[in-house]
Amino acid sequence: METINIILEGLPTLLKGMGVTIEVTVISLILAMFIGLVLGIFSITKSKILRTISIVFVDIIRGTPLLVQILFIYFGLPSVIDISLTAFAAGVIAITVNAAAYLVEIFRAGINSIDKGQMEAGRTIGFSYSQTMRLIILPQAVRRMIPAFVNQFIVSIKDTSLLSAIGLAELTLSGQSIYAANFHAFEILFAVGVLYFVIIYSLSLFSRWLERRLDVA
Amino acid sequence: MKMIEVNNLKKSFGKLEVLRDINIDVHEQEVVCVIGPSGSGKSTLLRCMNLLEEPTDGNIYIEGDNLTAPDTNINELRQRLGMVFQQFNLFPHMTVMENVILGPKRLKGKSETEAKELGTQLLEKVGLVDKADVYPDNLSGGQKQRVAMARALAMEPHIMLFDEPTSALDPEMVGEVLQVMKDMAEEGMTMTIVTHEMGFAKEVADRVIFMDEGFIVEQGTPKELFDNPQNERTQAFLSKVL
Repeated sequence: METINIILEGLPTLLKGMGVTIEVTVISLILAMFIGLVLGIFSITKSKILRTISIVFVDIIRGTPLLVQILFIYFGLPSVIDISLTAFAAGVIAITVNAAAYLVEIFRAGINSIDKGQMEAGRTIGFSYSQTMRLIILPQAVRRMIPAFVNQFIVSIKDTSLLSAIGLAELTLSGQSIYAANFHAFEILFAVGVLYFVIIYSLSLFSRWLERRLDVA
Repeated sequence: MKMIEVNNLKKSFGKLEVLRDINIDVHEQEVVCVIGPSGSGKSTLLRCMNLLEEPTDGNIYIEGDNLTAPDTNINELRQRLGMVFQQFNLFPHMTVMENVILGPKRLKGKSETEAKELGTQLLEKVGLVDKADVYPDNLSGGQKQRVAMARALAMEPHIMLFDEPTSALDPEMVGEVLQVMKDMAEEGMTMTIVTHEMGFAKEVADRVIFMDEGFIVEQGTPKELFDNPQNERTQAFLSKVL
């Protein structure tokens, strides 16, 4: 009974933190999908410059820890250039850039998995490269990419907990602030875990439903 | 009128010379069959004609327009060149009807109704109007290839290119595909066909071109080429396939 009361007392704060976690994740992933798509297409074009941009971006971001990236953006950048970012903005940038690097690879592999005869058939009808991409290649490729996307989305949701390091009051930091005051770490962290699970499990269910729905062709 | 004019075409992949100095004219309503052993460059030649392969050297003119000139709008030009592939390359995420009308709708600005009317007409022509709402995965190879032809015709091309259209088919399905091509030829379509179907070439072609090792070795009417080949390489090839 005592346990439940402790959790219920902390719940408003935790739910607020959960809201921030969801907000950061949604904004970051929308931006990351866009960057991932663009750089993914860069990575398969004939242009050597575009390919290099894509490869360098992916290698740098994948080759460094996310926590370092977060600290770098929030504390490192303002010390050399004249910007001051809120923890929320820095968090969105860090999660976006990090997720984008992995999404580039998912887009690249997904697009490459489509038979090259599809591009040729589209071009032969008279479609431009980008029309063929949009109308013929991506609709097929995205279906195959859904499981990989969901994987990355789940990783990114969990990664947002690292934003507690720069003082963003997302779910993890909200929990920390509660048990720092009441010393009930077990109950509060248990509740934090459950709330993450709820977000992630809902996403899993949604993706399974989506895959079934798209499986008509 | 020259529909296709190929001048001194050369194509190399790295050090491998696939086409060495090819010259061809294809005239209006002419049906040209290109035959030859595998690796002779015949598919590459066809693919150069709509710039799926970039020529290494030489010029190609489609209805007088220089294919490789920098100011040529290749997307517009390709609309005049229908192409049928060995592997069909239908769009698997679209129904048969959607495959056929995608081009007319998106590139020619036809309304859904207009496009569907045209689509129905073309599917009737290839005998597949009852498959309009089916996805390509549920079709036989012969049916897929007939849909691919309807899809190409939907752009109302002036020239049709065929890249071994029956090579991926089970033997019993070859006839239905060749029949549609024959109908097209009879309606006066200008056609260039890379094929291994010697019977078809004999019967339908106005001119047969024999290629070997990147050269045009010999060309002539089917009667000249099949009944009285002059070059010994042509003779050797024909003795193996006829």
